Amino acid sequence: MTVKQYKEVLTKPLLDENPITLQILGICSALAVTSNLSVTLVMCVALTSVVSFSNLFISLIRNYIPSSVRIIVQMTIIASLVIVVDELLKAYDYETSKKLSVFVGLIITNCIVMGRAEAFAMKEKPFISFIDGLGNGLGYSVILIAVAIVRELFGAGTLMGYEILPLVSNGGWYPANNLLLLPPSSFILIGLMIWGIRAYKTDQIEANEFKLSKHATAPDLTKRELNA
Amino acid sequence: MNDSVLKTLTVSFVVCLFCSLIVSFAAVSLRDAQNLNKLNDQRIKILKTAAIYNPEESIESQFVRLTPKFVDFSNGLLLDEFEDLDLTTYDPVYFSKQADYSTPVPADLDIAIVKNKENIGKIYLLKDFNNNLEKIILPIRGYGLWGTLYGYIAIDKDLNTIRGLEFYEHKETPGLGAEVDNPKWKALWDGKKIYKDGVIEIAVIKGKVDKSNKMADYQVDGLSGATLTSRGVTNMLAFWFSESGYQETLSKINYDS
Repeated sequence: MTVKQYKEVLTKPLLDENPITLQILGICSALAVTSNLSVTLVMCVALTSVVSFSNLFISLIRNYIPSSVRIIVQMTIIASLVIVVDELLKAYDYETSKKLSVFVGLIITNCIVMGRAEAFAMKEKPFISFIDGLGNGLGYSVILIAVAIVRELFGAGTLMGYEILPLVSNGGWYPANNLLLLPPSSFILIGLMIWGIRAYKTDQIEANEFKLSKHATAPDLTKRELNA
Repeated sequence: MNDSVLKTLTVSFVVCLFCSLIVSFAAVSLRDAQNLNKLNDQRIKILKTAAIYNPEESIESQFVRLTPKFVDFSNGLLLDEFEDLDLTTYDPVYFSKQADYSTPVPADLDIAIVKNKENIGKIYLLKDFNNNLEKIILPIRGYGLWGTLYGYIAIDKDLNTIRGLEFYEHKETPGLGAEVDNPKWKALWDGKKIYKDGVIEIAVIKGKVDKSNKMADYQVDGLSGATLTSRGVTNMLAFWFSESGYQETLSKINYDS
């Protein structure tokens, strides 16, 4: 593989094949952990390391995994990595691990990790798989960080806990937008991002899966009603 | 052949063995650091309850301002020593689960669903620089909606005024019952009174407290959408300030001073 290919594998998931905005994976944690930027950053590091290393280890043993139990083998590896990350957080960043609570454990069920294992690591060599995991982790992080910046800045007037917009409740001038502190606001923000990206990269727009048929005309209706 | 039964079993076995080794290694080697974090977290909560926490100073140096004491629940006395228990490391919650050191609470008195209560409790005294009693920090616990809430309550030297309330562990619903951690709600407790003519009146009520009500000093705003958690907190206080809790101890402290 050439350097150019490695670079492509690393950078494509950032925008062109972003796991959140194109594949719509990993939405659950994108809603749950983005109300505070510092917590989001820890979550991004946790997910990126899990997806990179799970890709690496799965790729290392890909030729030995029997296809009948391959999902279970992948899950075992992913789950072990997640537990290790969780233990590390509890030991070295207790405050954040308390805030993230179950969401670190839920990385196990994050579709991005499983999706990359199935789609990439099962076929490709270890190093390139690692890079693919890294790229997808970063693609996830880019979106999460963008959402978290908007939510924390306009929802609480702070970034990383530092006051940027002084709140009215603290004697400042900015009335906080409480909607942004609630998880559903991420849905709106991610929706707007998808819209923006697809307006710019029109090849990401999906073809319609079906066409609406024409509305039934008035005489048709009356005929049907008469029959009934 | 990758798909033979033998191969499938072997690969599964090796992967499981290897993963379990890594997970156990991580869990065992990080246990000390994790326990220290838990202990410090609890100490920070105690310091916050006493309203003397300063994040810039080391926890150890702040914690020496608090004097721990054993409480003998059978007679309400404060003790410095009890059998061979170590006062600094003694954990009442742990000992409430040891059959030799605890007593089941009779069902009709167990309003907070504590189930087993330790025979020996542990409280903290905060003294000012002239060695006069300033505040008393008492551990409390009780059932909310999903599980037991564990926390501390600080009361003033008049032994009737609440000065702070903190929970260090609970399983309440985020956004509803978990609002017990909300600083605004916790600030409502400062200055509330517990006993009125010897009767426990402190309660978390439904809705907002009417300031003109003569009972307003004994009432705290309810947590909206969390009736059972609010009720749990009321029951918890009613239990720990009753005769099954610290009432006798508090009367003895009163008598001493």
